[in-house]
Amino acid sequence: MTAPREHGAPADIQSGDAVSGTHPVQVHRYKAAARINHWITAASLILLAVSGMSLFTPNLFFLTGLFSGGQWTRTIHPWIGLVLFFSFSLLFVRFWRANLPVQADRTWLAKIGDVLRNRDDDLPELGKYNAGQKFVFWSMSALILVLISTGIVIWDQYFSPFTTIEVKRLAVLAHALAAIFAICVWIIHVYAAIWVKGTFSAMTHGVVTGGWAWRHHRKWLRELVVKVDGSKAAEIPHPHSATGPSSSPRRPS
Amino acid sequence: MFPPIPNASVAGEASRPRFSERDLVRRSASEVALPTTRLTEIAKLIDVTKCIGCKACQSACLEWNNLHEDIGYNHGVYDNPMDLTPNTFTLMRFTEWDNPESGHLEWLIRKDGCMHCADPGCLKACPSPGAIVQYSNGIVDFFHENCIGCGYCIKGCPFNIPRISKTDHTAYKCTLCSDRIAVGQGPACQKACPTQAIVFGTKDEMKAWAEFRIKDLKSRGFEHAGLYDPPGVGGTHVMYVLHHADKPSLYAGLPDDPSISRVVKVWKGVTKYFGMALMGAAALAGLAHYAVAGPNKVTEEDEDSAGSLATGRDLQPPRGHA
Ligand code: HEM
Ligand code: SF4
Ligand code: SF4
Ligand code: SF4
Repeated sequence: MTAPREHGAPADIQSGDAVSGTHPVQVHRYKAAARINHWITAASLILLAVSGMSLFTPNLFFLTGLFSGGQWTRTIHPWIGLVLFFSFSLLFVRFWRANLPVQADRTWLAKIGDVLRNRDDDLPELGKYNAGQKFVFWSMSALILVLISTGIVIWDQYFSPFTTIEVKRLAVLAHALAAIFAICVWIIHVYAAIWVKGTFSAMTHGVVTGGWAWRHHRKWLRELVVKVDGSKAAEIPHPHSATGPSSSPRRPS
Repeated sequence: MFPPIPNASVAGEASRPRFSERDLVRRSASEVALPTTRLTEIAKLIDVTKCIGCKACQSACLEWNNLHEDIGYNHGVYDNPMDLTPNTFTLMRFTEWDNPESGHLEWLIRKDGCMHCADPGCLKACPSPGAIVQYSNGIVDFFHENCIGCGYCIKGCPFNIPRISKTDHTAYKCTLCSDRIAVGQGPACQKACPTQAIVFGTKDEMKAWAEFRIKDLKSRGFEHAGLYDPPGVGGTHVMYVLHHADKPSLYAGLPDDPSISRVVKVWKGVTKYFGMALMGAAALAGLAHYAVAGPNKVTEEDEDSAGSLATGRDLQPPRGHA
């Protein structure tokens, strides 16, 4: 849940985000509650993908063994789905504001070639999330919504009397397709964390280095530095923040 | 009269099963090696025009398969229970039809149950290896020890037949009395029928018998009498003789032209290939990108810049701010 934020604080600062230390600078990116929330979501998504894929194709049916057989796999999958849904809903409430699209995302996307070639020098300064992360966030939100609604339609044990067979056929097809896309988005998400070094610690320890924040989310870092020392607020430039004070980009040392 | 099937022989030889796992032509979620010799296709023919609605077949089915239906309610109609259930594999469905041509009120009674399709949608949809099998004689049978209770067979079936038990969470439907046929007997319903509305034999025999019956019906003024052996599912091993074969749906919604739903075909066909390919491509793209571009590492300068920013010595103008 987003803690009440001070009036006018930038949208991409979440509760617990803070800078500490000077050399090296440590940036607090996710507090413990957010990390636990994230890992419950991650674990349920993986269990759902594994149990779902075992029913999706006969080649992977053997994976039902991980859930002590087909009957158990069939039984438990929708329940894990509910865990995922509620857990992700909490994440959504935490993160949606920081994932709203801004102008800089456009510029960043236009330079996606540079992004992929690790040429970061010419990219715009970004808030807490880049457009790729925002894509993962919004597409997962939409896909999980499709998965829960179609999943309930095909949850025959409790919900079979409520829909026709024709609707169930469409639902199971939509569920399978949404699952495929969700797994692809998940692959992108995990790969990005492997590719961009220094990212994992954000979700394991909640902390990233100042260098990581400077390199990838400089606007967010600037905002946090302001937050640490309110007196600097007037001096530190806020090039893309609508709410931040506007000032000269250069300031005396 | 169709010659009745002789009673079971008591000779030891007679109890040897006539077909077994070696005769499988399809097995859910598995590949099977096609048997070298195929059994003769069998079929059950239900002559709707001879049925008197006595439900002896429905009772015989419960009895032979040791099934027990809860005592239900009288809904003011003859259908009882109101639908197929995990215990009711076969159900007499009664329809009153005001024939506009003849002005007669016709009582159409159809014995509903699994059609034992040559192209079974239930088997196509089933994700569990060996939960549904098809023998070369045409019988489609469910193996409960392999069933996971997912209900995909219900979505696959064009006739709305399988039902999942709330007790053991596996799917049930008519077995065509595979256990009786294996030892040379006819299905229990066929044996019980007092009017020979149900007959059983090879598929060819049944078609020939149906032709004889249809000729008879036509001679009595049922010009649209015909055989229901729908080609959309490759034909069935339970067939009907209908007085109004031009309108099968008159008979409590018997599908006019059944086939496996397009949605099911897409789900079980192209979606699998597309899905596996897309997920594989996503993983490969990641590997390839890492091999070509390599990791994106934070540099010492990045750390220094962050340090300067935090201590207020930041002299770098923000990027993208002209
Ligand atoms: C969010 C709530 C979800 C619910 C309520 C749900 C429910 C279901 C149900 C009822 C089934 C049919 C099998 C069974 O009865 O267990 C199923 C199948 C499946 N689920 Fe889910 N599910 C959910 C989320 C997910 C997620 C997140 C994924 C993957 C990332 C997923 C992947 C699959 C797959 C691949 C299948 C098999 C589809 C097929 O056989 O073609 N599900 N789900
Ligand atoms: S309920 Fe049983 S028979 Fe029906 S599709 Fe699922 S595993 Fe197969
Ligand atoms: S009628 Fe339905 S349950 Fe019977 S074989 Fe055909 S598809 Fe399967
Ligand atoms: S036993 Fe024969 S006559 Fe009686 S209801 Fe069944 S099919 Fe009809």
